[in-house]
Amino acid sequence: MQDIANADCIVIEGSNMAEAHPVAFQWVMEAKKRGARVIHVDPRFTRTSANADRHVPIRTGTDVVLLGGLIRHVLENDLWFEEYVRLFTNASTILSEEYADAEDGEGLFSGYDPETGTYDNATWAYAGEHEQVRRGLPERDESLQHPRSVFQVLKRHYARYTPEMVEATCGISPEDFAYLAESITSASGRERTTCFVYALGWTQHQGGAQMIRTAGVLQLLLGNVGRPGSGIMAMRGHATIQGSTDIPTLYHILPGYLPMPKAGQDDFREYVDAIGHKEQKGFWANAETYTVNLLKAWWGDAATAENDWAYDYLPKLTGAHGTYQTTMRMLEDGVDGFFLLGQNPAVGSANGRLQREAMSHLKWLVVRDFHMIESATFWKDGPEIETGEMRTEDIGTEVFFLPAANHTEKAGSFTQTQRMVQWRDKAVDPPGDARSELDFLYELGRRVREKLAGSTDPRDRPLLDLTWDYPTDEHGEVEAEAVLAEINGRHLTGEKAGQPLSAFAEMTADGSTDGGCWIYAGVFADGVNQARRRTPGAEQDEIAADWGWAWPANRRILYNRASADAEGRPWSERKKLVWWDEEQGHWVGDDVPDFPATKRPDDPGEPGKGGAAALAGTDAFIMQADGRGWLFAPTGLVDGPLPTHYEAPESTVPNPLYLQQSNPTRVGFKAGEDNLNSPGALGLGGRVYPYVFTTYRITEHHTAGGMSRFLPYLSELQPELYMEVSPELAAEVGLEPYGWATVISARSAIETKVLVTERMTPLRIGDRTIHQVGLPYHWARGDQAIVTGDGVNDLIGMNLDANTQIQNSKNNACAIRPGRRPRGPALLELVEEYRRRAGIVDAEHHVLERPETPRDAQLDPTDESVAHHARGPEEAPAVPVAQPSQREMRNR
Amino acid sequence: MARPVLLNWPVLRQLRGADRTGRGVAVMSPVTRATTPRTATADGMTESVCPYCAVGCSQRVYHRDGKVVHIEGNPDSPVSRGRLCPKGAASEQLVNSPLRQTTVRYRAPYASDWQDLDLDTAVDMIADRFLEARRNHWQDEDEHGHPLRRTMGIASLGGATIDNEENYLAKKFFTAAGAIQMENQARI
Amino acid sequence: MTPPLPPLLAGPEGPAADAGWGAGTERKGFFTDTSICIGCKACEVACKEWNRNPVDGDLEILGSSYDNTGALGANTWRHVAFVEQTKDRIEEARESGRKLVSLGMPSIGPKERAVPAAGADTTPPDTPEFRWLMSSDVCKHCTNAGCLDVCPTGAIFRSEFGSVVVQSDVCNGCGTCVGACPFGVIERRDDGTVSAKVDREEPVPHRGTANKCTLCYDRLVDGEQPACSATCPTQSITFGDREDLVEEARDRLAQMHSQGRTEARLYGANSADGVGGTGSVFLLLDEPEVYGLPPDPQVPTKDMPMMMRQVGVAALGMAAATALAFLGARR
Repeated sequence: MQDIANADCIVIEGSNMAEAHPVAFQWVMEAKKRGARVIHVDPRFTRTSANADRHVPIRTGTDVVLLGGLIRHVLENDLWFEEYVRLFTNASTILSEEYADAEDGEGLFSGYDPETGTYDNATWAYAGEHEQVRRGLPERDESLQHPRSVFQVLKRHYARYTPEMVEATCGISPEDFAYLAESITSASGRERTTCFVYALGWTQHQGGAQMIRTAGVLQLLLGNVGRPGSGIMAMRGHATIQGSTDIPTLYHILPGYLPMPKAGQDDFREYVDAIGHKEQKGFWANAETYTVNLLKAWWGDAATAENDWAYDYLPKLTGAHGTYQTTMRMLEDGVDGFFLLGQNPAVGSANGRLQREAMSHLKWLVVRDFHMIESATFWKDGPEIETGEMRTEDIGTEVFFLPAANHTEKAGSFTQTQRMVQWRDKAVDPPGDARSELDFLYELGRRVREKLAGSTDPRDRPLLDLTWDYPTDEHGEVEAEAVLAEINGRHLTGEKAGQPLSAFAEMTADGSTDGGCWIYAGVFADGVNQARRRTPGAEQDEIAADWGWAWPANRRILYNRASADAEGRPWSERKKLVWWDEEQGHWVGDDVPDFPATKRPDDPGEPGKGGAAALAGTDAFIMQADGRGWLFAPTGLVDGPLPTHYEAPESTVPNPLYLQQSNPTRVGFKAGEDNLNSPGALGLGGRVYPYVFTTYRITEHHTAGGMSRFLPYLSELQPELYMEVSPELAAEVGLEPYGWATVISARSAIETKVLVTERMTPLRIGDRTIHQVGLPYHWARGDQAIVTGDGVNDLIGMNLDANTQIQNSKNNACAIRPGRRPRGPALLELVEEYRRRAGIVDAEHHVLERPETPRDAQLDPTDESVAHHARGPEEAPAVPVAQPSQREMRNR
Repeated sequence: MARPVLLNWPVLRQLRGADRTGRGVAVMSPVTRATTPRTATADGMTESVCPYCAVGCSQRVYHRDGKVVHIEGNPDSPVSRGRLCPKGAASEQLVNSPLRQTTVRYRAPYASDWQDLDLDTAVDMIADRFLEARRNHWQDEDEHGHPLRRTMGIASLGGATIDNEENYLAKKFFTAAGAIQMENQARI
Repeated sequence: MTPPLPPLLAGPEGPAADAGWGAGTERKGFFTDTSICIGCKACEVACKEWNRNPVDGDLEILGSSYDNTGALGANTWRHVAFVEQTKDRIEEARESGRKLVSLGMPSIGPKERAVPAAGADTTPPDTPEFRWLMSSDVCKHCTNAGCLDVCPTGAIFRSEFGSVVVQSDVCNGCGTCVGACPFGVIERRDDGTVSAKVDREEPVPHRGTANKCTLCYDRLVDGEQPACSATCPTQSITFGDREDLVEEARDRLAQMHSQGRTEARLYGANSADGVGGTGSVFLLLDEPEVYGLPPDPQVPTKDMPMMMRQVGVAALGMAAATALAFLGARR
């Protein structure tokens, strides 16, 4: 985090850092003090913009065009960091002859299947002999001139992302574009670095992952990865949201980013080879080792070489099982019980109304929280009780509310946004019945195992064989440090038996070590809780390596081999970080080198060996199978190897670049009238729901409000929901400053106070004016919190990014009218009236099929919102791969 | 309360001392003279981490008689340098919030209100329901005969303020039970 | 033999020295640099948490941009103002600042300011289309503090740190001080409550007495800095010896002026103003009124030294008589 202060230019885009991360913003202010330029690109002028050198307003959802425009600018004007790009990226790699770019397919890459709405990425592969490609040695053209080289493909792909296209798509003036381009290119190269900062403003889009990747491509071209003051900082929003992905409570991964096995991966070997095979370059070649250690940590002696380390104890996936897929399953009565551990989906998840309805289908619900949150009380004071859609006496959900211990009442670790694990000591005991999750989960597991004791059913073996014997303290509570020690791993046999591992390099695949999360190996090195190290910052250098512990191996800046040139010398004195010390025969520097410590810069690598040995001395990107930073991503993304602009699902603007209007792999759900979209540019929706709303957090509140709307000091600072609108829009709609407005989407309608402010700017897109409004989403209806208000997420549909299964919260369509919303059933009538006018339902409440193309839509010829023909997005299935429905699955 | 000492009477102090106008030393009350911050009278201070965003600001938690009395930024941290945002600065209220729930509450199916429930009973009831739901929606294999070994009857959604150790136990236990629908704020 | 009283009550050694603390004490204060405030309001919260101050207001949007606590008062001792301005107003601010510069305002001070090197670019930067000012206000801890001067019970005192502090155990809630503050800072804490949901477990302290910022007197005595400056993420609020802070403020001002940002000006740093300068010094980016601050604050007790000279003897006599009466009663 402190490293931001080393940047010479900071572009904050898709993040409102000063508001959402005020304390981290001190490092931006520090950089500014040292002379850095700070630019904020955002639909709104926020507290971040107020402290930036310039605010550049942007039409939400168009970041790929802006960043693609910058990529083009850098390539066309030869501003790329040539030596860096040649050494460390896959620019010279030649692509397969079968590859066809989206430029040649009206927005579709080769391999698209319109039936399933998915890609087969086989044609995105590198060219070369199969075995060589497998070993990370594809065909290359070091001159970068080959027409199928990544460099040339990249150039062609972004050739049409011109400043004019940026203006027409993003609403950014040529002058602002030039300022941004000049700022980042003049602050890049040997002597200088530019840093990008993003957050949910990129993630929460359909195509959000590609926005982030566009910045990745740009930063690689400018040589801004792995160096001081460089990179792309993800400002994550929750205390250990990073830890929650590393040691995940997510359906698709196991600890350490090992994927959950999929149906059909019946065999252990097949599973680990799919992650990383032994012959490949880099550290994923050891996937088998990481997996064996995890399985040993979980199933101990029951995991043996003979039974493939109990691999079949792992359940298998059949497609996406994300939280929104689960919502749909609940609506079909396919889920009996639901645990909410410090989460408030009635307020925080997209389509709040559907979330609450889904919970009313459950047999039982366990809510563990500090306060009586809305997800615990939806059955008595939810908005649907008022509208008459739900009656308390009809809701059969049994609800257990268990009070939770908070951060001062238990010991444990959080991993912050830069992968740094920090330990918290326990200050006091939790009050009353409040308990930690650790205690609850341990106790639940203990009782479930007790109830199953003696079972001969093979499906109970994984539970009965589970290692579940943790030491407890004098209150009978599990010692969190013992769990951290298991995560770290230990030697099981030999001289060191019982001792903690000091690094993941000590892990073996023969069952002589275990470790619950390979990337955390070392956090308990020498039996010392490294996350608890607290040498004051003032007594350390800027890296502060003795405060907490960062995975992997206490490394603070990833891929830092790239901070030195081909010979291992720092690119400049000003930007030195790690370098090759010829005398010591070792990489040295301020940070822990992210490279095999004694591998010389001129080491050609031993491709025959695989793993770290196969890496050449310049293969700085040690996790990639070719050792390079990927300008072009042959694998890893389901919606294309190069970021490409698509319009948001409800956008009223036809895609200016391609016939393909919106992301072809987008994930949506058909839920009758309950999850409809405005057809936007493809129908009348553009006129019925003409405005764009974007949602966000503010400094004074936290997420769904469970930790802020119940606290007096925070509630008084921002007591009510508001909407930020420009004076122009206020005049157009007739809104009074600080008066009321009703916002209507295809899902629901809410009321909000109005802040009329110059901070919102109408944008000129072609010959139209696009109005964007801002809605913070912290409030909810209910009678428990100190301050309440309508829930903004009720307005949002469940439209997901296929890469991440994360919803699009940042770009949705609405109508606005002055005054408060109707009460009771009249609210539903209002929503319905707009749906009918938009042509998405008929008078009998039947959902009308969405037009496939503007030609089918029989558009009103006077509707100027459709400038040219656009191909309609096919409704993708709920999951990106063909998943048999629940009923099709056999149950033995 | 000590008896007022005559010689400390403000007017006399004023007349006697340098504070001729009676606006400083002379008028200090015994309470003022005894001023001690609650950081000094605390039983102890433990070092913690702010539970809100992911910056990871270090906190000093002061406690007395088993209760948290004050939380402030820890200047030792190289990341936060002792500073906290309004949420971090309000986190003492997260501990001592007037609206904090400290007892188990139970809502029976179709009931119109909460009732009390013993914690032990509650956890036992949940364990029973867990096993039943697991059985109800168990899937051994898919339509091609590939093993699935899972249940779709149980789901969970966790906040991202759950400790690493807690997430670890959750993932471990749910996976062993075959409950794959385990999700987190990180998806939202 | 009493030496002649200064024109205002505070003496040349500073207000603390004059209040019986001797010349050795350093006057403490705040420097609030509003040019780096991010409006996070951490200062408001940290202040309330430390001082156990109750919630203000009626929990409704106030109609003042992002500000919903309104003003300093009995319960809110740090208050962040939010001001949204368009280009014309920014130009006016720059112009009014330029006039101050030509009056020689920034050069007031003991030492030569850093003068931009010859040829350095002092052209004003492009005036932005829009700006959003944020500023954290607080008690000024005036050199000549009206509240202190008029307090009839001795409840308000000048501390060894030069700050002005209310002793709630002495205060009888008469409210005389409220009218004497030229900044409208001090206020009597009423007995009402906003909502039962916001009540803390322990009773609200200092009900019915005058309340305002104490410069965290109860932290300073233990060598700690005030809660607000300690928490301020960007260090827009800094705490320290007032003299150093004024120096820092002047350096910062000179730096901004050298960048052509003539809208910047100091507030409270001038010891010749109507309150003799303030312990809390500010760098503002527009005229004080824009932030809700009086442009020319005057201590209402300006004429008090003269009055005191006249009534001094009588007052002493009365005090002696009271003391005698008290002694008699005790016996």
